[in-house]
Amino acid sequence: MTGEAAAIDVAARASLWLQPHRIVLILIALALVFCAAFFMRWDWLPQYWEMGLLGIWRSLWILAVTCALGFALAVPLGLAQASGPLWFSAPAKVFCTIIRGTPLLLQLWLLYYGLGSLFPQYPWIRESWMWPYLRQAWPYAVVALTFSFAGYEGEVMRGAFAGVPRGQLEAARAFGMSRWKIFRRIWLPQAFYRALPTLTGETVLQLKSTPLVATISVIDIFAVSSKVRQDTYLTYEPLLLLALIYMTITGILVFVFSRIEARIPVKIG
Amino acid sequence: MVGLLHSLEIAIGATCLGLLIGTGGAFGKLYGGPVTRDLLAVYTTVVRAVPELVLILLLYYAGTDLINQLLTAMGYQRVDISGLAAGIFVLGFVQGAYSTEVIRGAILAIPQGQIEAARAYGMSPGLMLRRITLPAMLPFAIPGLANLWLIATKDTALLAVVGFNELTLATRQAAGVTKAYLLFFLAAGALYLAVSLISNLNIGRVEAWSRRGMPSVNEAR
Repeated sequence: MTGEAAAIDVAARASLWLQPHRIVLILIALALVFCAAFFMRWDWLPQYWEMGLLGIWRSLWILAVTCALGFALAVPLGLAQASGPLWFSAPAKVFCTIIRGTPLLLQLWLLYYGLGSLFPQYPWIRESWMWPYLRQAWPYAVVALTFSFAGYEGEVMRGAFAGVPRGQLEAARAFGMSRWKIFRRIWLPQAFYRALPTLTGETVLQLKSTPLVATISVIDIFAVSSKVRQDTYLTYEPLLLLALIYMTITGILVFVFSRIEARIPVKIG
Repeated sequence: MVGLLHSLEIAIGATCLGLLIGTGGAFGKLYGGPVTRDLLAVYTTVVRAVPELVLILLLYYAGTDLINQLLTAMGYQRVDISGLAAGIFVLGFVQGAYSTEVIRGAILAIPQGQIEAARAYGMSPGLMLRRITLPAMLPFAIPGLANLWLIATKDTALLAVVGFNELTLATRQAAGVTKAYLLFFLAAGALYLAVSLISNLNIGRVEAWSRRGMPSVNEAR
């Protein structure tokens, strides 16, 4: 397709999308935004905005770390459930059921308040090198979110591993590949492609559970907005801005994942 | 134990409200005019993109504030919204967005001929909804709705953050008094797990019931 034709195509699609009622709706939305900008109080922004950026950074950092670690944990969980022997798959199944059957907030508080209150009773833990970390809140947050992601994603990966056609694995074996090579070259990539659309949803869900870490005193963007609300006695403005920030991050995440998805071959299996 | 009861009450109420909103929303999205459709698209997108916790805070404060302002403007006295009603309303609003999408998908999965046949029989839209569309979409919607119910039971825990006395907050308070944090949290976790597992059993039964008369998946293969 030439550039000109592409431009016409884009213009056609835009005119299809920009019907009269949509223009009216967009104008109403813009008016609402302007009302919010002019009639609400935003003078606290300059004071807190550095803190807010730090909060966003911390939220994203937690999101990235827990997703990466959680996925690394989910692969063996899914593999164990899909093709492991019973003493391997049963614990994995129990783990997934427990994680998916209880609220994340409860898991978080169980780890932080429960285990956190248990550790100081043992002197050898207090003297070990781990103690400075165990006294802070963020390791508990990372562990809880990682487990949660692994629990949900483990179930997805089980389905993805089971969904790879047997013929592919048999062909790989016929090529004389070792088991590890089959896993690395055939099984994992194909399962990953299958799980990718779900992975997008899971990552967005994970983003939406990051504000929970604020309840155990990790300063993420949610905690920053709570602090603003406490300091300035404003109810809506910080929350609205917070909602906007999360929506932006979600939009970026979905966009990035759709780009990745577009790159993988459509026809698999 | 009262906490568990409260949690269940909220979860049931929120799911019912969510189903109502979801059914209405799905029909609006499928058959409504362009403006309704766009507004509903904005609703479902926004609610599903913002964390539940933020929404709960926003709606909890905004909702109670709005109602009180409305009441004072109309000359009534301010009322204290009970945590239960607010919780049900807020979670129902959130659930509504998700169930809108689930039910919309389920309605789209109904073979088109069934709806056309109903129309050919001269059924009114209300009758068609009651006799054809809702029963026919049920088997497609049940798995998604069951998922939503499980999410609802777990989302009730988030209401602990706004200070509503449900299972998680009650657990934390009890644990704080007795200093036996681990024990109480484990017990609460077991309760949540029991609720999930029991629901799973019942959902299986409901799904089998809603699929009656349809060829079973195993036979179809």
